[in-house]
Amino acid sequence: MEEALTLLSFGENGWGDTIAKGVLITISLSLATLPFGLIIGFLIALAKNSSEPSLKLAANIYTTIFRGLPELLTLFLVFFGVQIGLQQLLKLMGFDIYIEVNSFVAGMIALSLVFSSFASEAFLSAFRGIPQGQYEGGYALGLSRFKTMTLIILPQLIRLALPALGNLWLILLKDTALVSTIGLSDLLRETSIAARVTKEPFLFFGLACLIYLALAMISSAAFTRIERWSKRGEVQR
Amino acid sequence: MIAPNPTTGLKPPPAPPRPWTNARIAGHVLMALWIVAGISLVAYLIGNLEKPILEALRPYLPADWATWADAQLETHEFDSFLERYGAKYVEGFLVTLQIVGLSLLFGALLSIPIALARSSKWKVFSAPAYAYVYFFRGTPLLAQTFLIYYGFGSFRPELQSVGLWWFFRDAFYCVVFAFSLNTAAYQAEILRGAIQNIAKGQWEGAAALGLNRPVTFFKVILPQALMVALRPYGNEIILMIKGSAIAAIITIYDIMGETRRAYSRTYDFQAYIWAAVIYLMIVETLRRVWDKIEARLTRHLKR
Repeated sequence: MEEALTLLSFGENGWGDTIAKGVLITISLSLATLPFGLIIGFLIALAKNSSEPSLKLAANIYTTIFRGLPELLTLFLVFFGVQIGLQQLLKLMGFDIYIEVNSFVAGMIALSLVFSSFASEAFLSAFRGIPQGQYEGGYALGLSRFKTMTLIILPQLIRLALPALGNLWLILLKDTALVSTIGLSDLLRETSIAARVTKEPFLFFGLACLIYLALAMISSAAFTRIERWSKRGEVQR
Repeated sequence: MIAPNPTTGLKPPPAPPRPWTNARIAGHVLMALWIVAGISLVAYLIGNLEKPILEALRPYLPADWATWADAQLETHEFDSFLERYGAKYVEGFLVTLQIVGLSLLFGALLSIPIALARSSKWKVFSAPAYAYVYFFRGTPLLAQTFLIYYGFGSFRPELQSVGLWWFFRDAFYCVVFAFSLNTAAYQAEILRGAIQNIAKGQWEGAAALGLNRPVTFFKVILPQALMVALRPYGNEIILMIKGSAIAAIITIYDIMGETRRAYSRTYDFQAYIWAAVIYLMIVETLRRVWDKIEARLTRHLKR
């Protein structure tokens, strides 16, 4: 027991600070992915919601692909694909150099692709929950299409989509673990290294699971508060 | 065609041409991009099919082309990725199928007691079931797999003494074990949600008919609950198929594992493209089949 505590302590003999750094990377990766995922997801939902068939089809192809592919495969496709693509492009321009894509950026792109295609579904069902009269009311007040969207529709949309987005955030947090396989020193990778060096795999992987669990708990608590805040305009029952 | 007005015999004027709104332009541009991407993908992969295409066309070619085709087939080295690794992908597909099938089966069996415990009135049952579900849904599948495959190695002497070491030494068993535990948690939640959705009157009606609780559960409640649970179950199967790619990381040669092996040997990006094609086909087929099954099983509920 004492031995385990030494291993987990901060400082010279412990792995505490390494793992804490890993936790920071895990959190920052998911936080960095979130805005891109949300914005792309919202645009895709707009496209799916439009009356233009070609736009709808294009959006549906996007979501079919990225919802159907395993997240791990998407990650590898982005990681190696971007690397090879850039290398070919530079070769065409006359440079012959070896490029390695930053695993953080590759992870961000891949997770944004996955997150946005799932988020678009959440936004789409929220769109369906907003009656047509809200748009008509906006237009009747003389607001432009853009203003109606941002001032009237979007606030209601976010409130309706929040529960689903909360789930997606938890999934995103868990999916960041996959990025450890392409070399990003996130929580899981740091604990793997610690497990290998100290030969205490159960301790360290158990710890990793508990930290993920703690992150999930914190997020759920935060989401409960955000949801309450978003409903502050509704009638109290 | 629009029919002419029966009284006046006049046809209505044709619909005005659809204007090129911004949405329409954007849609066409995006579709053009997808089409270009699709065509270049096919062009990229077609090299694999040179030989079969040539062989298939051979009988229909005019005489002088046919001699050229024969010469090509004899002398040209067709070094295609698919020919070298196609069989491997099929093996990988079978391994993925085994992992997913076994995990879903064991998970389904395990999920019934968990769901029952979770909805029990007694804290002694419901609290551990809740903790179990929370743990397996709140942590990444990859971390769970590591915890079981590498972590249980910490208890090697103990496991050896109870004679279970052969199980936890084998990556395949460990993956199936980890995935079963994981999917059991998700399936338990699906099942519990579905059972709670069944109106209380169903229980009361069965009780009024003199059925005891187990019979009521298995003959009255469960069939209705499964109907509600069909769609989430389908999603869970798809999640499991996608999640099973993780097995490749602990040295299982499923589709993803074969892909990684092929890529590490050839540095040919095709490896990943083919994997993507295979996974997309599996998931899309399953989704469509599941929709059909659901439509069939719930046909009595259609209005």
